[in-house]
Amino acid sequence: MSRALVKVPGTARRGEVIEIRTLVSHVMETGFRVSNTGALIPRDIITGFECRYNGEQVFRADLYPAIAANPFIVFHTVATESGTLTFTWTGDNGYALTQSVTIRVA
Amino acid sequence: MRLGGSRHSRRPRLAVELACGGLVAALAGVAAAFSGDIPLAERRSGYEMMSRASRAMQDDDTANPAMLWLLDGEATWNLPAGEARRACADCHGSATTSMKGVAARYPAFDGARGRPVDIEERINLCRTERQQAAPLPFESRDLLALTVYVARQSRGMPIQSDERLRPVIEMGRAIYGRRQGQLNLSCAQCHDDNWDKRLAGNVVTQGHPTGYPIYRLEWQSVGSLQRRLRNCFIGIRAEPYDYGAPEHVALEAFLMWRARGMAVESPAVRP
Repeated sequence: MSRALVKVPGTARRGEVIEIRTLVSHVMETGFRVSNTGALIPRDIITGFECRYNGEQVFRADLYPAIAANPFIVFHTVATESGTLTFTWTGDNGYALTQSVTIRVA
Repeated sequence: MRLGGSRHSRRPRLAVELACGGLVAALAGVAAAFSGDIPLAERRSGYEMMSRASRAMQDDDTANPAMLWLLDGEATWNLPAGEARRACADCHGSATTSMKGVAARYPAFDGARGRPVDIEERINLCRTERQQAAPLPFESRDLLALTVYVARQSRGMPIQSDERLRPVIEMGRAIYGRRQGQLNLSCAQCHDDNWDKRLAGNVVTQGHPTGYPIYRLEWQSVGSLQRRLRNCFIGIRAEPYDYGAPEHVALEAFLMWRARGMAVESPAVRP
């Protein structure tokens, strides 16, 4: 069961720079560790994160094994119009999680 | 310092000081530093000793990864389980009201069993007796998530201790003061006597269990107080008690008594 917490201001003025905070649950297993029996634990990480604002990509990040578990990504964008922000995390083993938040811009 | 008590075996150190011809003033300083129990007013949560970045993580619920466990716990709370097909919510209703202040008084004395149970065991007793489900394994995500969800409802409330726990608290106190392991250290030697110092790069805290279950950055995960206690036992090269061992519950009861009146921070963030 994967969970994400996204914090976006519910309302903003047009042209205002808004802060977006995202937190997602993921083990981010590096692929370099070995188990108690000496077997290599296969890599299992989130490899990509994307934020779309009414369909337009406003932020994107590639993630690598050195990133801690439960990645916390904070970024800024300009509030241009009312609509939906869609966040997508993708990763190893077909991992995909999408969350949407609406924003009202006055 | 306490004289005649069995708690801190500091005699060798004092003997060395004497042998070295330490001044009376120096001895007075040693006595002041080894004052036994930390005075109530001088107790400090580990939160106050953390870096600003770690404190910011705990202060903001959207930055505290334990909140991801909280979401899981909330879902489990409302999910029917076991042969009884009953959810926690079917008996307890909304956790925000029914579980308020509960975690602040655990481990609690269980009259039917005549012994204390900690919050994880209480959840599992509910599972086996009321839901007729298999108990959740210690440190499993489901048990931690439920514990986080229950403990969260007591945030900000003062930790309480029950007088019926007195014998167990004394048992915990004895373990706390007993030198153990290859390093021959007691809990008290770090957490009562040297909490204002550092152990290598790490701050030695007073060891108050105010925020369990915690999200520990070192673990990259949420963990229980028993996991943390086992960590310390491994650190002093002692054999850790098993999960659920009565010694663990006694230590938990003693630590909660020691932290009585301090505010619950669950789920806290710790380095």
